[in-house]
Amino acid sequence: MSALDFTLVVWVVAAVAGFLGALTGLGGGVVVVPVLALVLGVDIKYAIGASLVSVIATSSGAAAAYVKEGFSNIRIGMLLEIATTVGAVLGAYLAAFTSTHILAIIFGLVLLQSGWQSLASSEPDHGPAIQSDRLARFFRLGGDYPLLDKRQEYGVHNVPTGLGLMFGAGALSGLLGIGSGAVKVIAMDRAMKIPFKVSTTTSNFMIGVTAAASAGVYLSRGYIDPRVAMPVMLGVLAGAFLGTRVLVHARVRTLRIVFGVVVFALAIEMIVNGFLGKV
Amino acid sequence: MDDRHLENIIGNLLRAGVLLAAAVVFSGGVLYLFRFHAQPVHYGVFAPGGAEVRTLPGIFRSAMHGDSLGLMQFGLLLLIATPVARVAMAVAGFALERDRMYVVVSLIVLAVLLFSLMHAT
Repeated sequence: MSALDFTLVVWVVAAVAGFLGALTGLGGGVVVVPVLALVLGVDIKYAIGASLVSVIATSSGAAAAYVKEGFSNIRIGMLLEIATTVGAVLGAYLAAFTSTHILAIIFGLVLLQSGWQSLASSEPDHGPAIQSDRLARFFRLGGDYPLLDKRQEYGVHNVPTGLGLMFGAGALSGLLGIGSGAVKVIAMDRAMKIPFKVSTTTSNFMIGVTAAASAGVYLSRGYIDPRVAMPVMLGVLAGAFLGTRVLVHARVRTLRIVFGVVVFALAIEMIVNGFLGKV
Repeated sequence: MDDRHLENIIGNLLRAGVLLAAAVVFSGGVLYLFRFHAQPVHYGVFAPGGAEVRTLPGIFRSAMHGDSLGLMQFGLLLLIATPVARVAMAVAGFALERDRMYVVVSLIVLAVLLFSLMHAT
């Protein structure tokens, strides 16, 4: 394949991934990596390097929009980032000592979870807890978000559990070059009892910072090859930009099912190829 | 200045940073394709590049010389810098709010980010 063909094909794939990622809230990286590795025969280390870059692009690019909505909580994000960034640096170290086959299999397992989440997604039913527990009060993590013209207050719980899960999310992000937003949302929404909308927007804020924590290690190892990362970054950005524009009109439910099925198929392919030693 | 106002400013700066980074990556990409569009590529075997794409001084130098790979990598570096800038601005913002606890919290995060980037020096 010529450099021009490769660039164009990767750009289109990344644009579609960014578009679907923005619509479904799952991010583009999870699709870009398997397509690069399985379809285009790119070594998974180049693929996760390019994906990491695209994760930063979507997170930072969308920050302004999310902030305006008034849901994200910078204190929660910053405190939990201590755990995600340390995890990410360790994950990035681990990536160097992990064989590509194992990386592919772990990636496949994470894809399975993403696909499941896309298909079975439902906003959890717990109402917001108003009171924070002691540690959360100490860190002043509680906040409020807009709800029907008023501001609804909420409290925060189980900070240590949240930090532990965030460390895991960071390690996964550093190991696989993904945002691992799904794990972050689970940590905040399920474990810390933070309202769903606050969890998802704060997670978006954290994803870019987490990814930046592995970026230095990735860069020094040569995982970020500009010839691969360039079309991925530009494609994902263009797709995500379009995705946020049409978000209001889209039939998200149908899209989630399509996306979930695609992700499931990619997951199985990644795992099988990992075991066969083909990736 | 409250949290919300601060975050608004930071959010807009970040978007500007991403657009600038994308513009640099795009120009580097155009230059690269102009020169090497017909070159066959295969990335099936991992072989890390040289200092001009792996270390900060190397990237700066080759970008200055108008090298297409260096220029693209410099744009990607600008992108990587946006979350770092975000955390640095949060340190400043919390300092303005005289919120000592969160100055410390964001300084720890900043330190981890800089530690990671030090690998590429």
